[in-house]
Amino acid sequence: MTDTIEKLRTELLTAVSDAAELTTLEDVRVAALGKKGRITGMMKELGAMAPEERKAAGQRLNVLKDEVAAALDAKKTAFESAALNARLASESMDVSLPVRPETKGSLHPISQTTAEIAAIFGEMGFEVADGPDIEDDFHNFTALNFPPGHPAREMHDTFFLPPDSDGQRYLLRTHTSPVQIRTMMSKKPPIRVIIPGRTYRCDYDMTHTPMFHQVELLVIDTETNMSHLRGCLQEFVRTFFGIDDLTTRFRPSFFPFTEPSAEMDIGCSRQGGELKLGNYGDWLEILGCGMVHPNVIKACGLDPDVYQGFAAGMGIERIAMLKYGIPDLRTFFESDLRWLRHYGFAALDVPSVTGGLAR
Amino acid sequence: MKFTLSWLKDHLDTTAGLDEIVTKLTAVGLEVESVEDPGKGLEQFVVAHVVEAKQHPNADRLRLCTVNAGAETLQVVCGAPNARTGLKVVLARPGAVIPITGEVLKKGKIRDVESQGMMCSYRELKLGEDHAGIIELPEDAPVGAPVTEVLKFDPVIEINLTPNRVDALGVYGIARDLAAAGLGTLKPLRSNPVPGKATSSRKIDMGLAAGHEHKCPQFVGRTVRGVKNGESPAWLKDRLQAIGLRPVSVIVDVTQYLTIDLGRPLHAFDDAKLSGDIGPRLAKAGEEIAALNGKSYTLDENMVVIADRTTGLGIGGIMGGEPSSVTEGTSAIFLESALFDAKNIAETGRKLLLNTDARYAFERGVDPASARMGIEVATHMILELCGGEPAEIVDGGKAPDWNRAIAFNPARVKSLGGVELPEVEMKAILMRLGFTLSGSGDAWQVVPPSWRTDVESWQDLVEEILRIYGYDNIPPVPMPRASMPKQVLSTDQKRWEVARRALAGRGLNETVTWAFLARAHAEKFLGDLALVLLANPISSDLDAMRPSLVPNLAAAAGRNAARGMADVGLFEVGPRFEGTKPGQQTLVACALRAGHTSARHWDGARRPVDAMDAKADAIAALEAAGAGVAGLQTYAGNASGVPAWYHPGRAGVLKLGNQVLAAFGELHPAILAALDVKGPVVACEVFLERIPPVKKKGVGAARPLLKASNFQPVERDFAFVVEAGVPAESLLRAVRGAERELITEVGLFDVYEGPHVGEGKKSLAIAVTLQPKDTTLTDEQIEAVAKKIVAAAEKTCGAKLRA
Repeated sequence: MTDTIEKLRTELLTAVSDAAELTTLEDVRVAALGKKGRITGMMKELGAMAPEERKAAGQRLNVLKDEVAAALDAKKTAFESAALNARLASESMDVSLPVRPETKGSLHPISQTTAEIAAIFGEMGFEVADGPDIEDDFHNFTALNFPPGHPAREMHDTFFLPPDSDGQRYLLRTHTSPVQIRTMMSKKPPIRVIIPGRTYRCDYDMTHTPMFHQVELLVIDTETNMSHLRGCLQEFVRTFFGIDDLTTRFRPSFFPFTEPSAEMDIGCSRQGGELKLGNYGDWLEILGCGMVHPNVIKACGLDPDVYQGFAAGMGIERIAMLKYGIPDLRTFFESDLRWLRHYGFAALDVPSVTGGLAR
Repeated sequence: MKFTLSWLKDHLDTTAGLDEIVTKLTAVGLEVESVEDPGKGLEQFVVAHVVEAKQHPNADRLRLCTVNAGAETLQVVCGAPNARTGLKVVLARPGAVIPITGEVLKKGKIRDVESQGMMCSYRELKLGEDHAGIIELPEDAPVGAPVTEVLKFDPVIEINLTPNRVDALGVYGIARDLAAAGLGTLKPLRSNPVPGKATSSRKIDMGLAAGHEHKCPQFVGRTVRGVKNGESPAWLKDRLQAIGLRPVSVIVDVTQYLTIDLGRPLHAFDDAKLSGDIGPRLAKAGEEIAALNGKSYTLDENMVVIADRTTGLGIGGIMGGEPSSVTEGTSAIFLESALFDAKNIAETGRKLLLNTDARYAFERGVDPASARMGIEVATHMILELCGGEPAEIVDGGKAPDWNRAIAFNPARVKSLGGVELPEVEMKAILMRLGFTLSGSGDAWQVVPPSWRTDVESWQDLVEEILRIYGYDNIPPVPMPRASMPKQVLSTDQKRWEVARRALAGRGLNETVTWAFLARAHAEKFLGDLALVLLANPISSDLDAMRPSLVPNLAAAAGRNAARGMADVGLFEVGPRFEGTKPGQQTLVACALRAGHTSARHWDGARRPVDAMDAKADAIAALEAAGAGVAGLQTYAGNASGVPAWYHPGRAGVLKLGNQVLAAFGELHPAILAALDVKGPVVACEVFLERIPPVKKKGVGAARPLLKASNFQPVERDFAFVVEAGVPAESLLRAVRGAERELITEVGLFDVYEGPHVGEGKKSLAIAVTLQPKDTTLTDEQIEAVAKKIVAAAEKTCGAKLRA
């Protein structure tokens, strides 16, 4: 029996190793381990043996069975792996192909800059307020201390709508300041708001467009003074432009709706006709501001001997141009795809003071 | 406002140089716009003496000069015809920057002879146009001295005067402000009274009708006889020309000059052309005045004319008249110095569209105490330059009382201005500015000087003190703030911001277009809105407010197509205008796509944009903005509110309940033709403000507990045949509603119309996902759901299972 088993072992293992393909291997398996296979057959013969002999033969047969099964499995795995390799060898592609096109969207610099401004002032406790583009004379002028007939009104190049049935002549707001009035009349101090939005002036040339964007700041409480105004704006420009030690210059100026009024300059250089921000000794005007005029506070129903605060305003396109090096104001409104893609921002670039303001 | 440095120094005794003056002007609020200093950059150029000039050995037209520049003697080759021995010249040595070229001068060889410098012409130094030869300096010019000490340069300073500072409208007022700021001493004006040598034959007739006297409360005049008119002296002409004025004749120039010098408008009449008494009166309706600018103006009865006994002479406070004007032959003049009402001058100027320096001054508030002073200063100047004999001053009316005391608590400088200053310093500043003070403690009484018509309140006084102390000395203090900031955007603003970013994330480029457009285009996008026109548009193609964002975006797509970029996806978030009153506007997110969904590429798939792209954009924006998109229902047809600018068969609206949240579709071909844009173009308009607010359930941001089943979901497909007109959405909705517990997903995976389903029918193939919660589904249970689905589809849509 031992010899028979040993002979069978040699025979079967040779057959396994000689099998040239998967079907031959399967035949070998059936011939050895199938219902009518030789090992199976010998297993069946065990019953006729004497118990002692049966035990020894059974053990040997089991060893043989396991060994052959393992050889079959190994051979099968080898076949499968060869088959997979052959398939893979036939399946190559040109991975240098350009990917399928996906259009990349963008946000307009005005949106992004507005979001940056909101992120910075948000850190200082401001909220965003808004108001209508079409305004009345009271909110755009009178309440802001432009008396009727005052020459400062004419400097605003106002767009008017035709008088309506009750003789009221509405206009397109010339600044975002009317929202100051709306805020003061609807909210109780303390007030800290920023007001970004579209504004309109009847002027169109290299540096003026009939529609542009401003952001206005308004603080009303009982304590805020010019030191805070200066501190607030200085922190803003330093954070916005990402220049930690950017110097600022405060100069007296005039606006009907602030008293005292100021303009703020930031340090720059114009060497070689190129504008560069930083402490280079030259100055660039960046915004107008001041303490809210007592007449404005009064017009909103508050007592100017008790309430005080500041207002400031700046052009959004202007500071976006300075920060991002955009040379021409008019291009903001041309919807030229090349411009939108070049100067635009990715949808996921949400600015924040802690996460970064500039990409 | 322009003036020259020497002019300023006529009034200001100061050792300060140009730079210091310029810095101080800006610091006190007289912002310097520009400085033209012709001497700037010429510091390295020196006076030199041509010791010898002889013929250049190799060139006929060149001279070879030996030049003594003080410290050294140089050999210079020169081509100027006037280069000759003995001449004093302006010499540039190597290293000097030549103004006209901006280049650095180097030693060089000219026709094989070394030249160690350059003798300059006026043009080369940008001092004039003269290039006929080199500059010939006076014989006594000191050799080796900087040329800036020999040639007289008078820098021109231009300041950007804010409308409140009419006190600084004159050079004298500017000097006064600088003196107050500590930059020198104000020299006294030559305004001492000139005694009249004769009584005036002409009196003042204050002829304003009752109730109108305030329009010209004071009128002062003086006759000067025996004057000699002619050309102004060089210094006067130079100053006028330096600031861009044209000298006329000495008498006219004196009034021009003093208007700038004092900020006090004056006028001179030819006395021989006047008849009888003179003074202000209201114009007659339709009265014509032939003005000095050669134009004729028709006045109304609210305007003031200066008139004599017979006729109107000039437009009061704005411009004199031609017939009574001074000419070459004038030998007697009548000087006028009057006061006019700011409001009335502004109104008159506006109505007549006439801008003059006098109007500018009067409408902002001329010093009410300056009328007599103006006459006296003018008299001195006329007598000096034209001779003559002054008559006594005549006057009418009187200046309104300008004295007003402002109650002032000096602690306000700290509480409003943020600056702690000793009281003495605050007092000193106000007094130097001409204010008079009384009172003490926290109750000062401060009276502004006559020339500060702009100072009205205690806040103005804080500004005056800070202005002179220096705004730049205000210490910056950070805003006191809470330990953690609040949410900066309101919940709505934040949702709109997310919608904006969602659209950009879908491959659309955000743009910003005008709020206006051409009326003809606006009219095509009105729907039931009113047309909002501008009374004074910037141009005729921007004369209406946009009732929709679509036309401007479509036009933008068209412009890009014209540049060769036909595949465009744009969006804008902004207002559409629905009426002429404040608040009649709605915030809209509008997305527009044109051309193809992508460029051509190797994988082949590329298709033109269609209404479904626009619908997807709309849904994405709505979802990002927090609208419950599962509840959205689509409606087609104009009757459902689909705007007429969309293709009638390829557009719809998305409603939540009765509210239209968005419209979408292909644009109407006729609209595209009108806008001159090639199709296909699809668009959606999402009405962000109509999205219902987020309902807050309980407190916090917690979400409902996720109940995920452990059992395998089952998917079953159904093919239904319905009438072609049945909207797919109604079938999907019916199927979904057939078994609410088990059906979690209903997808449409095929739409077929054709011979296999018959005329007027279509087949809709749907995949239904069943999600068991507690046990695995049995075949019977699945069969039961399938029956419910078929029944619901039939009942709601008349759908039959496809055979």
